[in-house]
Amino acid sequence: MEEVARERSNLAGVRHILLVLSGKGGVGKSTISTELALSLRHSGKKVGILDVDLCGPSIPRMFRVQDNSVHQCDSGWVPVFVDQDKSISLMSIGFLLENPDDAVVWRGPKKNALIKQFVADVAWGDLDFLIVDTPPGTSDEHISTVEALRPYQLLGAILVTTPQAVSVGDVRRELTFCKKMNLRVLGIVENMSGFVCPHCSECTNIFSKGGGEELAKHAGVPFLGCVPLDPQLSQSLEEGRDFIQEFPKSSAFPALAHIAQQILDGTSQQSS
Amino acid sequence: MAELADGPRPQGEERGRAGWAGWCRCRRCSSSRCLLQSAQGAAARRRAGPPPARDAPTRGSARPAPPLRTRVALLDIDICGPSIPRMMGLDGEQVHQSGSGWSPVYVEENLGVMSVGFLLSSPDDAVIWRGPKKNGLIKQFLRDVDWGEVDYLIIDTPPGTSDEHLSIVQYLGAAHVAGAVIVTTPQEVSLQDVRKEINFCHKVKLPIIGVVENMSGFICPKCKNESQIFPPTTGGAEKMCQNLNVSLLGKVPLDPQIGKSCDKGQSFLSEAPDSPATSSYRNIIQRIQEYCDQRNFQEEKIIYERNKNVVHV
Repeated sequence: MEEVARERSNLAGVRHILLVLSGKGGVGKSTISTELALSLRHSGKKVGILDVDLCGPSIPRMFRVQDNSVHQCDSGWVPVFVDQDKSISLMSIGFLLENPDDAVVWRGPKKNALIKQFVADVAWGDLDFLIVDTPPGTSDEHISTVEALRPYQLLGAILVTTPQAVSVGDVRRELTFCKKMNLRVLGIVENMSGFVCPHCSECTNIFSKGGGEELAKHAGVPFLGCVPLDPQLSQSLEEGRDFIQEFPKSSAFPALAHIAQQILDGTSQQSS
Repeated sequence: MAELADGPRPQGEERGRAGWAGWCRCRRCSSSRCLLQSAQGAAARRRAGPPPARDAPTRGSARPAPPLRTRVALLDIDICGPSIPRMMGLDGEQVHQSGSGWSPVYVEENLGVMSVGFLLSSPDDAVIWRGPKKNGLIKQFLRDVDWGEVDYLIIDTPPGTSDEHLSIVQYLGAAHVAGAVIVTTPQEVSLQDVRKEINFCHKVKLPIIGVVENMSGFICPKCKNESQIFPPTTGGAEKMCQNLNVSLLGKVPLDPQIGKSCDKGQSFLSEAPDSPATSSYRNIIQRIQEYCDQRNFQEEKIIYERNKNVVHV
């Protein structure tokens, strides 16, 4: 019965689902989700992003589609496509707000209900990857998302941290969450890892260095790489531009491409 | 243990039935309280939290007595990501109980801290709780922690506008909440969430003391040129504050020493007194104190006027 339900569901055409998690806020989960989606698209994949950060939905703006709204079809809600190719599709509460400044002041149960709806009612169609961008923490949104996605092709989770101990300290707890929820950890990304001055090329570790890599070693999970601070990356996200296309010479580009490649390698290993 | 099943318990004797003496355990209600929150960038918000508490200036007195230091309490209600213990150099400390309630953990005589971090037995312990359980702990923090007499209770919140925020505002409803300090970075992706946070404050009638723009520019230590790592593409916090008629308390530049100090649990203001970030912090602290003093003065004036008009028979 469960098999039949899975086959008919809106997630039946999604080959791999991966969560982007962090114990800490402001480390760049939405940035990594966005850049991973763009990298995978450049590798010829069809990607969806489900934004379950209900209080702080950042994804629509990162693709410059924050003014779009969601339409209905027979199978449910139509995700918002970011381009004509329909290679990247999005769903976020950001599309459902009348006014972008409206606060979503909801307690857990209401958030849980919308997440269940997002998982069941969005007509994703055929996707190679569905990336789920989450808020920081280990609470309602995370528990509900994992529980709702469990019957489907859940590949695992990418954990994002900055190098500092204060961030790593919270991401350790997120690792425990993954263990408790039987969620495979695909690896750790150390974001905001170093800044190369555009004027003199001096590298400064503004948020320290190495904490993410150490954590991966300590926890026995793969380390996916360090992404440096890059004003060009920040700028492209602000303006909803394709960073991968516009700034291939940027210092962050090789790191982001490498992370995407490891995800692709992981999925092709799984298939073989 | 990896998960708090029944809820954390402090050490010491079993909790007595202290009952509800109002909502808080202060022997004298704090004259000012600040609610520190933000919509985005928890790391940014954490760094803005501790310095005011730890480094509040010596309080002078009008009477000829030795100057008193400002008494500060710091309450961390980020239940899933409690960073305050580490940042205050209190990693590994635990909460003790006495007849009068839970004792805060003291950094210094005039600075006490409470956090779920003190109730966890391992740095890997995750607090995997839904809203109601988090709310329960927040209530307990407010009811059972014996802060003693304090001048400021600073409350550090997680990002968002959800259970923790609703609960803390609700539970503090009867108290003198001075207001909220909202922390952002210069980018639009942060500001768009901060506008929601500002709307939340309006909705729940929480006054806004002002906005702090954190990570506002970086000066290269080698060539001294400034880079906008998080560019203010839509005018940053300054423009947003102008549009929404909210005070901009100040801008704090990026300084690698801030992160290092937080990681080591040291006071950044003491470690790097000459940093531009230090003067920014100090100015912001001063503005918050002035706001709170002004608010106290106005409230006392109202009480005085009211009492003047009472007729004693």
